[in-house]
Amino acid sequence: MIEVKNIHKAFDGEEVLKGIDFVFERGKTNLIIGQSGSGKSVLLKCMLGLFLPDQGVIEYDGKPYTEFSEDEKKDLSKQIGMVFQGGALFDSMTVEENVLFPLRMFTKQSRSKLMTRVNEVLKRVNLDGSEKKYPSEISGGMQKRVSIARAIVNRPKYLFCDEPNSGLDPKTATVIDNLIQEITREYDITTVIITHDMNSVLEIGENIAFLKDGVLAWKGDKDQVFKTEDETVTDFIYSSNLFKKVRTAQLKGL
Amino acid sequence: MNYLHSIGEYFLMLKGVFGRMTKRSVLKDLIFKEIDDLIISSLGIVAFLSFFIGGVVAIQTALNLTNPLIPKTLVAYAARQSVILEFAPTFISIIMAGKVGSYITSSIGSMNVTEQIDALEVMGINSLNYLIFPKVIAMLTYPFVIAIAMFLGIVGAYTAAVLGGFVGPDAFIEGLQDDFDPFHLTYAFVKTFLFAFILATVPAYHGYYMKGGALEVGQASTTSFVWTSVVIIVTNYIVTQLLLS
Ligand SMILES: Nc1ncnc2c1ncn2[C@@H]1O[C@H](COP(=O)(O)OP(=O)(O)OP(=O)(O)O)[C@@H](O)[C@H]1O
Ligand SMILES: [Mg+2]
Repeated sequence: MIEVKNIHKAFDGEEVLKGIDFVFERGKTNLIIGQSGSGKSVLLKCMLGLFLPDQGVIEYDGKPYTEFSEDEKKDLSKQIGMVFQGGALFDSMTVEENVLFPLRMFTKQSRSKLMTRVNEVLKRVNLDGSEKKYPSEISGGMQKRVSIARAIVNRPKYLFCDEPNSGLDPKTATVIDNLIQEITREYDITTVIITHDMNSVLEIGENIAFLKDGVLAWKGDKDQVFKTEDETVTDFIYSSNLFKKVRTAQLKGL
Repeated sequence: MNYLHSIGEYFLMLKGVFGRMTKRSVLKDLIFKEIDDLIISSLGIVAFLSFFIGGVVAIQTALNLTNPLIPKTLVAYAARQSVILEFAPTFISIIMAGKVGSYITSSIGSMNVTEQIDALEVMGINSLNYLIFPKVIAMLTYPFVIAIAMFLGIVGAYTAAVLGGFVGPDAFIEGLQDDFDPFHLTYAFVKTFLFAFILATVPAYHGYYMKGGALEVGQASTTSFVWTSVVIIVTNYIVTQLLLS
């Protein structure tokens, strides 16, 4: 469980986050949705410790991050898996080495034992066969999947994904969504996912935070999100034609 | 004000570079890779440049020696002094600021803009140490490059002077040994070590702290070349003042 309390963050005097309170629950896929530029990535980076919030508290399983000692911070970072918006794979390493990297950094096991785990994870994201390729030699969607494999290889306690399925075809996107949800349940971890994808909201939106201009404008789950009368939310969700039609049908009672 | 900020930031970066260390076995691999990328890959160009610069220095000196009272051995003497004191350590380092420096800035800069540095930090790795420390250590072998440059510079001078018919081989060898002061070598290698450190860290600074996208990575490389050269030239001046005068 991760709880954020009253998070404020400004860049050059411009306030990007204006006091966010939210509880990201353990064992659930927690979604952050909202328009481009609404501060989703910044909130995630604050939770990861990449940005220091100007104000507010972030608690990991009840303990404020500011009270962590250096060693505890280091332990915490071993328990975090992160899928960056652009993948952030290491260009100088092959797919296999990218996934092996966190294991190699933090465990003392033999390479062959670690490779078993790497291959297991690569298989899980359907990437067996591309182990020896470099990130520049595989497609964007494959890079995303490698990035997911790298994030989960160390069995993290907290998994963060910044648009894990943007740029993927609907089928692969669904596979990725289901994979993340499975892992979340299987390992009973706290997963935070930023998404633009309404399909994902529908599939795995167990706990949703809707950000608008740096404010938490709405929260709820996937059933509530399609029933709510809150206009800021409906404006955002039904901006897609498909969902608009679904909505009209719903209202007609079909 | 801005410059002061950058200088402060540079020294804070150095503190980070020598701060929390990356796992030893990983560092070892990185150091060997950097030696390959920074040092071995530069040997060809350095050898080429040194040989021809040594040759040109010898020809220039020979052509300007019109006074019959000045001995021909001066050609070798002048070539030795200029190659050891300036051409090998300083001139080659400026070339390296372009080659090694822009490589370092663009490789760290592109890791920066594609969030690879963030990825390292999220994993709890001291990215400054991981990225820059191996480069600093690899550059400890840089004096070998300069030693090769000195040697080939003198070989180039010999080739040009003797084959060009300006000086006889014996006169050249004699001139080479005239008034040799071993301290000049010490001086040359002291500054080479300083240049090696500058070549690793100033471009790294420009890559690590740049902001923006791919375009800015290119700009950062250019700025990095300018500043690395400036710092090398100023350091050269200070060291020369301190050690030789
Ligand atoms: N490092 C930074 N320095 C300055 N401003 C920043 C920085 N990172 C983000 N911002 C600003 O914060 C605002 C929110 O950005 P953020 O990346 O959180 O958007 P987002 O909701 O993730 O959008 P998207 O869906 O397009 O990824 C933007 O206006 C952006 O310009
Ligand atoms: Mg974003």
